[in-house]
Amino acid sequence: MSVVDPNVIDPIVTNLTVFVLSIVVGYHVVWNVTPALHTPLMAVTNAISGIIIVGAMLAAGPVQLDTGTVLGFVAVTLAAVNVFGGFLVTQRMLDMFKKKGK
Amino acid sequence: MSANSVAIAYLVAAILFILALKGLSSPVSARRGNIFGMVGMAIAVFTTMTITKNWVYISVAIMAGGALGAVVARRIQMTSMPELVAAMHSLVGLAAVLIAMSSFYIAQNGVALHLSNRIELFIGTFIGAITFTGSIVAFGKLSGKLGNKPLRFTGQHWVNLALGIVMIGFGIAFSMSPSWTSFLIMTAVALALGFLLIMPIGGADMPVVVSMLNSYSGWAAAGIGFTLNNNMLIIAGSLVGSSGAILSYIMCKAMNRAFLNVILGGFGGGEGAVADTGDGVQKTYRSGSAEDAAFMMGNADSVIIVPGYGLAVARAQHAINEMSNMLTEKGIKVRYAIHPVAGRMPGHMNVLLAEAEVPYDQVVEMDEINNEFADTDVVLVIGANDVVNPAAKTDPNSPIFGMPILEAHKARTILVVKRSMAAGYAGLDNDLFYLDKTMMVFGDAKKVVEDVIKSLQH
Repeated sequence: MSVVDPNVIDPIVTNLTVFVLSIVVGYHVVWNVTPALHTPLMAVTNAISGIIIVGAMLAAGPVQLDTGTVLGFVAVTLAAVNVFGGFLVTQRMLDMFKKKGK
Repeated sequence: MSANSVAIAYLVAAILFILALKGLSSPVSARRGNIFGMVGMAIAVFTTMTITKNWVYISVAIMAGGALGAVVARRIQMTSMPELVAAMHSLVGLAAVLIAMSSFYIAQNGVALHLSNRIELFIGTFIGAITFTGSIVAFGKLSGKLGNKPLRFTGQHWVNLALGIVMIGFGIAFSMSPSWTSFLIMTAVALALGFLLIMPIGGADMPVVVSMLNSYSGWAAAGIGFTLNNNMLIIAGSLVGSSGAILSYIMCKAMNRAFLNVILGGFGGGEGAVADTGDGVQKTYRSGSAEDAAFMMGNADSVIIVPGYGLAVARAQHAINEMSNMLTEKGIKVRYAIHPVAGRMPGHMNVLLAEAEVPYDQVVEMDEINNEFADTDVVLVIGANDVVNPAAKTDPNSPIFGMPILEAHKARTILVVKRSMAAGYAGLDNDLFYLDKTMMVFGDAKKVVEDVIKSLQH
């Protein structure tokens, strides 16, 4: 274990800060979503949780092909299903919500 | 790109995701919001592409997965949305497990992980694993492949508790001295736990389960973000996690259930809650034909339609829209009253009505419309039962006492379209059906509505 320098912030503390603030933002934004659009909300959050594709790409990143990168490629494929499927199905649903006479 | 530029690009993407969710506050701004979300995702992916070396293979993987996702998004029936959502949660869960395995593999052959990274890896993995198998079970139940009945055995909670302790034990062992053995055992136990946790939950509680797994899939992404020290994953994951948590809360409240009570299983499977045959007194009800219903609605000033999932099962959405258009043309005020658990996932009924081209400004949420039933001439309850059961307000002994309901019983006349006098999901009798001002119309929802349309044409 390395010696801990009290003047340097551990990344885990920075991560925790970002984590907590994001939850607060998410809480306030989601309570404003109209109940009529809760299904599209779930579909779009499905697409957004496809952000795990970023982690998958980093895992698939190293240039030599080995077990680690192959696992990464599989994860990229799975997450891509979510990203495309999620956004497109949300769009399809939202296109159905119309006003009278349009 | 430098690490700083990457971080800034991720910040832009994160803001776009927040705007995507913000757009959903109204159907008018929602489509633009979704575009923001897509742009945000594109920025995140392209930025990450610049710092990976295998971009050709990665692009192929994205195209393969993306093509599959696009086809499914185009073909899926709106009634099957809950299944699709559950299936997608399972993919996020599995991806999280694979990424964690990959990170550990890379760490074993290179730079060792710090203690804090190992703890994060363990947490990300087990949330991902539970999400994966839990969502598969939810998918199986929603699509009818696993049956609707909850699976229960004695001592189930103790088994789950024991497994949970074993999982955490191996997780701690892994964090202390990392090895594939402890990692794989921990993952296997988490996979089993995901399966066992969702199996005992009944079909009626699926809206809560789907919302909860939505939340878990977000936390899984955030957990991996901690492991990789990646803010993009932490922000997007937390947004999804809090969204799913709020939806679970809203669903529990709409069913008047405690969250823990839903999660621990019970209810909603049919057994246990036997229809209350009550005092043995044969209660009388009035029944009429579709023509009678058409006559009553045609002569009303205001009509409120209370649709339930039975409407979608009978595929009567388009017919009901045609009927309400005819009534509107006669100058009758027609609205739809939506209970939060009218469908099989939050907001499901709204989407089903929107698909049938019902204008969204005719579709009103429970809290907004409940005051208006008393001034309404005719309420048409179609494919719904428990959500209009007045016992929820009046009978403290009823299992659904305290559940918020649509106050259809306050209207001047109530029409109920139903196949028979059989009980609903909760297995309860409904006093609404026996009121003097209630008329039962027996038959298939679609057939009845089509007959109403025919008589309105004359």
